[in-house]
Amino acid sequence: MKRKVFALLMSVLLIGAMVVGCGSKNSTDSKDTSGDASSDASQSGDLITIGFSQVGAESDWRVANTESMKSALSEENGFKLIFADAQQKQENQTKAVRDFISQEVDIIVIAPVTETGWETVLGEAKDAGIPVIIVDRMIDVSDDTLYSCWVGSDFKQEGVDAANWLVEYMDKQGTGDAEHNIVVLQGTIGSSAEIGRTQGFDETIAAHANYKILEEQTGEFTQAKGQEVMEAFLKKYDNIDVVIAQNDNMAFGAIDALKAAGKTPGKDVTIVSFDAVKAAFESMIAGDMNVSVECNPLHGPRVSELAKKLMAGESVEKIQYVDEGVYPAETAEKELPNRQY
Amino acid sequence: MNIAKKTKEKLDGNNFLLMITILLFFALYLAGMFAFHEKGFGKPQVFLNLFISNAGLLIAAAGMTMVLITGGIDISIGSVIGMTCMLLAWMMEKKGISAGASIVIVLIVGTVFGLVQGFLIAYLKIQPFIVTLAGMFFARGMTAIISKDMITITNETFLRMAGEKINFNFITTYNKKGMAIHPYIYVSVIIAIIVFILIFLFLKYTKFGRSIYAVGGNEQSALLMGLNVRRIKLRVYVMNGFLAALAGFVFCLNSSGGFVEQARGFEMEAIASSVIGGTLLTGGVGNVIGSLFGVLIKGTIESIITFQGTLSSWWTKIAIAALLCFFIVMQSLFAAVKKKK
Repeated sequence: MKRKVFALLMSVLLIGAMVVGCGSKNSTDSKDTSGDASSDASQSGDLITIGFSQVGAESDWRVANTESMKSALSEENGFKLIFADAQQKQENQTKAVRDFISQEVDIIVIAPVTETGWETVLGEAKDAGIPVIIVDRMIDVSDDTLYSCWVGSDFKQEGVDAANWLVEYMDKQGTGDAEHNIVVLQGTIGSSAEIGRTQGFDETIAAHANYKILEEQTGEFTQAKGQEVMEAFLKKYDNIDVVIAQNDNMAFGAIDALKAAGKTPGKDVTIVSFDAVKAAFESMIAGDMNVSVECNPLHGPRVSELAKKLMAGESVEKIQYVDEGVYPAETAEKELPNRQY
Repeated sequence: MNIAKKTKEKLDGNNFLLMITILLFFALYLAGMFAFHEKGFGKPQVFLNLFISNAGLLIAAAGMTMVLITGGIDISIGSVIGMTCMLLAWMMEKKGISAGASIVIVLIVGTVFGLVQGFLIAYLKIQPFIVTLAGMFFARGMTAIISKDMITITNETFLRMAGEKINFNFITTYNKKGMAIHPYIYVSVIIAIIVFILIFLFLKYTKFGRSIYAVGGNEQSALLMGLNVRRIKLRVYVMNGFLAALAGFVFCLNSSGGFVEQARGFEMEAIASSVIGGTLLTGGVGNVIGSLFGVLIKGTIESIITFQGTLSSWWTKIAIAALLCFFIVMQSLFAAVKKKK
């Protein structure tokens, strides 16, 4: 019996040794690579080390955002990027940021999962003298010296752009002075995209008395809900000639609802949408959608420019909006091959 | 007599598994230090970060270990933690209740939650899995009922508690900018460590603590020994409810806000940590020290992956899965040897 126990003990030790053995082998491998990296750094001057904590990979927009960062912050451009996927969890994100601080990265970039919970960990970054760039969503901190700047979309401007495009378009169609009846499919109420786009559009369109907003209702950014709300609108009003959908998915839903009701989207009813994802361009080429206002996920180039400025000790503007375009149907065919998301 | 002897043997096996866990932790950590020495893995702060980032999990794992020792399970704690955070945020921000009172209230709510679950399990003899599954859905649902939107905590007392650093001024390291850095921890770490010590002492030296092992080892024998099995089980679930709420409070110190999706899947991390720490799901065997190292191993793997920088963070899950496999195979090997004897 004792012998058996002894045999088991020995086999366990053996397995243990194998595991540890593997472990140290791996570690020497990684040491080699880290050695390479540091020798690269000494060859090509000083690479700027950036720790980037991303939300996850939940949408095409997000994936495009990640890709943009990875390509802009490449070694050829003078950066060494450490990428951490937070898998949609805030606790993973704070942990990654703490690891970045311990690694003494030069700059920390965060695409926050949540607005809250940043005070302590950003305080640690500040104490360690590491500048922080926030991208996409904003964070909610009482002390705004905790981060250097924020890069993202100007949702209100997107709303303004949509309204201006609409007025211009109607003028070109020769119906600039006619009555126009608008319905709005809003995004998730309270999201910053919904608030900004609603505000920007409503304020701009209010200056034109012949444009009337019949009703605004939320389609929660989903295609199914967008279709449902559009069907309800069509039952309620028979004079709708403009649909504003606060993202492309809801616009697709509205297009389906319009077709089912025997109308021709794009002609009888003008469809104005936001985000400008690839599928929206395909829809515009098919003639269903009239315009999509871009919500640009390509933050990489701006972040790399800011990182270089911060490293040079220059001061930067706190709020940094990315450039965003308006893509009407006639540009769709030309633009589609350039779209990355 | 026989039972006592059997229990003793079981514990010896457990001690051996515990030793492997501890050795594995040191092996992993040393491998990390060896591989990422230049990136600063060897700094004391990296070690302390394991505690800072996992303070909530430490407390949850201690409670979970107790439940697992009775042969039960509690999969509701992730949701209870989410509910605790939301309730704390809601009471302080929306109802103007003081931080102290809010904390006391959530601890009571957690305890009552444990009491109800414990009663159903111990007295109505319903499967713990089903009871706590219902508890999990209920708590998550309640969280959304309290508020669907995120609530940010701005209560000053609470934020001061969250941001209160304890600096180890006697250790000084210098970062590459030449700034002197002292390692630090937060209040949450102190709470977690105190809880751990108390539960360790409780399980080892109190009559009630020992009887938990007896109940989990063999319920029938425990009953014949004259133990009030039902009451012991009830108390364990009540304690676990309290600890889940306390873990929620500590978790909230880190996130300083409440939102519906918070701490989703946390119960599984607690269970994984306990199992890696040598706790048997069949009951009767387990040790909070093992769970402590289980949590630390998880944290070390995450850190190694972040430090490595190019690996996807999802490898953490794969590494944990491999470890879980390794440990359950070890456990069943031990069980098989024991049977032969």
